[in-house]
Amino acid sequence: MIKLAGTKVISKFILRRDRISILIWIGSFALLTAYVALMFPTLYPTDIKVKEIVETLSNPAMIAMLGPYYGATDYVNYGAVYAAEMLILVALTVATMNILLVTRHTRNDEEEGRLEVIRSLPVGKTTVLFSTLSVYVIVNTLIGLFVGVVLILTGDTSFGWNGSLLYGAGLTVTGIYFAAVTGLFAQLNQTSRGTSGYAFGFLGIMYLLRAIGDINSETLSLISPLGLITRTKPYVSNSWWPILIVLIEAIIIAYIAIRLNVIRDLNASFIPVKPGRKSASKLLVSPLGLAFRNQKSAIIAWAIGVMVLGISYGSVLGDIETFISGNEMYEKMLSVIGGTASFLERFMVMLSAVIAMVGAIPVIQMIIKLRYEEKHNHIEHLLGRAVSRRQLIMNYVTLAVIISIIMSLSGTLGLYMAGAQVTESPLVFGDMMIASFAYLPAIWVFVALTVMLLGFIPSAIKLIWLYLGFTFVSVYLGGILGLPDWVVKLTPFGYVQKIPVESYNVVSSIVLVIISVVLIYVGNAKYRTRDLAG
Amino acid sequence: MSMLKVENLTKKFGKFTALDQINIELEKGEVFGFIGPNGAGKTTTIRSILGILKATEGQISVFGQDAWKDAVEIHKRVAFVPGDVSLWPNLTGGEVIDLFVKLRGSSSESKREKLIKSFDLDPKKKCRAYSKGNRQKVALVAALACEADLYILDEPTSGLDPLMETVFQSSIKELKAAGKTIFLSSHILSEVEKLCDRVAIIREGKIIETGSLKELRHLMRNQVVIETTKPVTDAKGLMGIYDYSEDNLVYSFQMDPQQLSTIANHFDKFNIVNFESVPPTLEDLFMHHYKNGGGIEND
Repeated sequence: MIKLAGTKVISKFILRRDRISILIWIGSFALLTAYVALMFPTLYPTDIKVKEIVETLSNPAMIAMLGPYYGATDYVNYGAVYAAEMLILVALTVATMNILLVTRHTRNDEEEGRLEVIRSLPVGKTTVLFSTLSVYVIVNTLIGLFVGVVLILTGDTSFGWNGSLLYGAGLTVTGIYFAAVTGLFAQLNQTSRGTSGYAFGFLGIMYLLRAIGDINSETLSLISPLGLITRTKPYVSNSWWPILIVLIEAIIIAYIAIRLNVIRDLNASFIPVKPGRKSASKLLVSPLGLAFRNQKSAIIAWAIGVMVLGISYGSVLGDIETFISGNEMYEKMLSVIGGTASFLERFMVMLSAVIAMVGAIPVIQMIIKLRYEEKHNHIEHLLGRAVSRRQLIMNYVTLAVIISIIMSLSGTLGLYMAGAQVTESPLVFGDMMIASFAYLPAIWVFVALTVMLLGFIPSAIKLIWLYLGFTFVSVYLGGILGLPDWVVKLTPFGYVQKIPVESYNVVSSIVLVIISVVLIYVGNAKYRTRDLAG
Repeated sequence: MSMLKVENLTKKFGKFTALDQINIELEKGEVFGFIGPNGAGKTTTIRSILGILKATEGQISVFGQDAWKDAVEIHKRVAFVPGDVSLWPNLTGGEVIDLFVKLRGSSSESKREKLIKSFDLDPKKKCRAYSKGNRQKVALVAALACEADLYILDEPTSGLDPLMETVFQSSIKELKAAGKTIFLSSHILSEVEKLCDRVAIIREGKIIETGSLKELRHLMRNQVVIETTKPVTDAKGLMGIYDYSEDNLVYSFQMDPQQLSTIANHFDKFNIVNFESVPPTLEDLFMHHYKNGGGIEND
């Protein structure tokens, strides 16, 4: 029997705990929607521009990423372009929000023992799950409504009220669907990590099904809620039936979750907890193996992320010449690269730099992890045994260098794979790799600076992010902001050749490597003589 | 050669003096108890011995080698259990034990299995699922599974239940029988009392007493209860009697052990039918120090 005593109190309690994050989420969705909708006419000022973007949207790489474009190809329909560009990405974000927040109120509370306290009160067995889902039905409805109304208010005449509300409703049902899915996985898994992990995995599969389906088979797309909501075709034919289907599916999933919740014990799960390894593998039992093991998932996630970044940049390369010429912002951005090179070549320079800077994040994180280990009393386990500090720090530096190479490879590979599909001018993978590898010494200087911080002012190690942020601004936005040339020379990235516009010069690489080695040596020397927190 | 020698160790964190002129010496085969309240400097001392903290002043040598410079060499012969065991949440207990054992170099599979069994540990669980006591067990199994010459244990039983404490104590007794040297920090005094040959008491960064339990007990008064058939006269004024009280031929007081024969002779005149004398526990000793801000009360 489903028991729901106390639903009102618990729902209020959930709202109270989440009120700030709910407000931030709803506000961000509304603001983002308003900003993009207002920007739209300036982004594509002429009819020709819209036609170009329509062509871009019709290439397979873009369809796989964003879903099909249903609007007219012979006249301007900003609404249809907007829906094609934004709906899937925003829906993914809405799904993410629901997965995180629903996990928090279901399995996470149960795992931490908070649910036990609530259940000891006069509260029904299923109340918490039911209240969580109810609250998030309301939150998702609000998001859909706000977004819809904002679109009506900020869009041009092509943003009709029916299409706008339909677009919002697409987000609402996606949110409710993934709230229910997370509720279901919370019954199946014993940990909150497992719950959100399975839910994100499921989201990934639904996205992939839609991507493959949108290119090859309509049926596959209709299995995925993400595929279904694009079939509403907002601002084109405005069909409401997919909304209904997703909603019915969500209700069925939620019902199954609630039934499973009724029949299980507190802290129990339907997927049995796999016992872990009884003894360690050979790979683990060294400081290097341990450091790798602890960062493995992060490294894989970043490698995928950087590759997706490369793919998404690569997929727009085909139309880059026409896209950039006439767009003041992009022309300014690329002006720093200068020369007489084509826009494609100059854009490639920028892309190598962006991939290098984003790829530097997990590299720096590796060194910062050593500080984290120290703060969490993990280091004493190692140093209390036959491990020296030099060995420890060099292991982390080695891994950081390996990660920098992995990121460079995966980003460039993504860029090449997508780019080769859409450009007529042939891209040479080898040249692209040289352009990307040229940035490695600059990334290593960041590694070295982080080691210096670790040695000299460990409590301020995160200052390195500020420097990376400065690098990003000066390299990526320097042209737009009109910064003088010397500013970019304040970061190691300013000393890397702009390949393919400039040719590779080994001297600057050697100088950067020497700087890195010296700084690592000095930082290491200091690290070996300072007190450790644990 | 002493296994561990700490000479005039002073450790300052900025202006704060965490350790002030600490002296400790351990001979081979000795079980040494290091007791003191929280924040007294026990963990700081141990981290200095392990070369994780650098001494501001003074010398620390382990096996005759410098604790700071030769840390790695020394640690090949040291087994260590930290006070607050924090582990990697994504690894299982078994994996962590293997890692720790391997990092020291030597290992014994059968010993590992035996310890896991006697400490009743599930090695297949991830560390994030372990309670404090279970994390402690992981560290203990890893340390005890090693063949080491010196065992440094920082409050090793603080999360264990009484049953597991017994297992721990018998493990320590086995090590002692095998002639190993053990440095045991604790604030569980009964444990130190049961296991240790010698004790040092640390308070606010200073060692306020060192010696064998026997030596330290000399400083303490026994709690005595005597029952006689005839009423005792003039007992209260005797040398070495404190906190005297009498209740219907039952006399209880604290006694300076050095005055035992005088006191016993006096009471014997009144026909003793019952005599109980309880030696001071380490708790008494410790409370005594703690109450008086260091130093033995001399009244």
